Amino acid sequence: MTSLTARPSRAGAAVWRYLPRLVGAIIVLWGAATLAFLVLHLVPGDPVAIMLGAQTQASDEVKARIRTDLGLDEPPLVQYFGYLGRILHLDFGTSYRLQQPVVDVIGAQLPSTLALAGCAMVIAILIALAIATTARGRVSRAIASTLELLVISSPSFWTGLLLLTVFSFRLHWFPVSGGNGFASLVLPAITLALPIAGILSQLLRHGLDTANAQPFVASVVARGLGPVQLLGRHTLRHASLPATTFAAYIIGSLLGGAVIVEQLFGRPGIGRVALDAITNRDLPVVMALVFLAAAVFVVVNLLVDALYPILDPRLRTAR
Amino acid sequence: MSILQSQSELVDAPRRRRMPPVAAIIAGVVLLVLIAAAFLPGLFTPLDPLATDTHAHGQAPSGTHLFGTDRLGRDVYTRVVYGASISLAFGFAATVIAVVVGTVIGVASGLAPRWVDNIVQRVLEILLALPELLVALVVVAILGAGVVNLVIAITIAAIPAYARIVRASTLQVRQAAFVEAAVALGQRRGAIIVRHVLPNVVGPLLVLATIGIGTAIISGSGLSFLGLGPATPSPEWGLSLSDGRDSLATAWWVAVFPGLAITATVISTTVVGRWLQSRFEGRGA
Repeated sequence: MTSLTARPSRAGAAVWRYLPRLVGAIIVLWGAATLAFLVLHLVPGDPVAIMLGAQTQASDEVKARIRTDLGLDEPPLVQYFGYLGRILHLDFGTSYRLQQPVVDVIGAQLPSTLALAGCAMVIAILIALAIATTARGRVSRAIASTLELLVISSPSFWTGLLLLTVFSFRLHWFPVSGGNGFASLVLPAITLALPIAGILSQLLRHGLDTANAQPFVASVVARGLGPVQLLGRHTLRHASLPATTFAAYIIGSLLGGAVIVEQLFGRPGIGRVALDAITNRDLPVVMALVFLAAAVFVVVNLLVDALYPILDPRLRTAR
Repeated sequence: MSILQSQSELVDAPRRRRMPPVAAIIAGVVLLVLIAAAFLPGLFTPLDPLATDTHAHGQAPSGTHLFGTDRLGRDVYTRVVYGASISLAFGFAATVIAVVVGTVIGVASGLAPRWVDNIVQRVLEILLALPELLVALVVVAILGAGVVNLVIAITIAAIPAYARIVRASTLQVRQAAFVEAAVALGQRRGAIIVRHVLPNVVGPLLVLATIGIGTAIISGSGLSFLGLGPATPSPEWGLSLSDGRDSLATAWWVAVFPGLAITATVISTTVVGRWLQSRFEGRGA
């Protein structure tokens, strides 16, 4: 390796490697913002009418004034660039129904969902690691494979209900609903984690199989490392690469699953905000959430790209 | 479905030469029974799924009411039987439309100029990287709730996987000698697509679609559970489950059996699909 001569250009190479991805990420966000704008302005239904509700007494004059205040009288292109500009300042407008800034509505509920998703992620990783590292024999593999099929095929609103029936209504270990304290977090987090654990476990098991077939395993064993060190230092690292590729899918599962799990367990959170906004056609909130989902997707993918070389040293040399 | 089917290939292909036939047979029988229930629900139950009976509300499963009754005295077993037609219809309709639209997009993208193909592929990649439920939720968020919009949503969520595989096969077939021969013989573009490209694309697509039905059913019942699909007296499984949530403390059976039906359907389609896949791969390539 000509490390001495390669070093000064490494930062430059990294920039060139990541620049196209950064541009791609910005295009995705721009696309999401444009979609949001189109939906807000093309979806049938007058925003002012939705804001005021069905049984409004407001006169046409008042409606006209609100239209002017919202800038709905401007030409579409002016509105479009105004909208993009406001998104850059994280201003997503005012909720039709709650009459609060959308950012405040979402911001207030975000911590609850983050706690839920974070716990679920940790649980899913622990379950997947436990299954993938223990199910190495013929019988245990078959059991693991069946369990994975079962949890992936069971809709989360059903597994959640089963957990509620057994642990809340029969055993009274956990509260039935609500969002206060750690006890109310356990069942929702497990419900959200199970299908993800199934997917992760499949990916990890396959990754470990592939890693164990590599020649370096023989040399590691020949150097006298035990099975635990082999797993911890070498094969698990290999096995986590394919799982990392699915990071966006997994985060997406957490977001989509949160909508169902929060509804099922009566927990506050952005999943509930999303469902309320969809049912009530509160479009500014809906489109801000769509934009948020796009932003999460983009950030996760950029992080994954940055993470690859850390996990796999072979990727550190510029292509 | 993208992840389910790709994973089944990854994990099981090297180990398992083919699915134990017993599992595939059981899954096939379950599917046949479900399809029969969807078309001829009267064959399975003499009762009306909407008939209420104030004398028999909240009864536990027994000889007269196999799955018990809900708080309005409706027979849960009957409702599960009648729900099959709705939930399966969502899954089948969405999958069939998605296969057709996905095929059109895939073939068109595979034959289109490079820059059009590139744009289409980038959009498909983004959609494919997301779970179907999330994509369907976003579509419902934009279109609004309702049965038609629900089917549109799960269809759109399913399209990318089919479009991708059709486009890949199209690119392969495009290079094949028999297509060159057809071009040389002066056959029209449309005729070549229908006679030569499509038949080579259909096989893997149908295997994928079998597994896809299960995923579409999960998405559809999930949206119904959230109240974004059919309205309340409907015996649709996701909706029944959401109704049953309120009486979970006293009557677990109201919610548990519709959920069991969903899970059994999804597992069956997955097992049958994987078995078809192993058969198909064993034969081809």
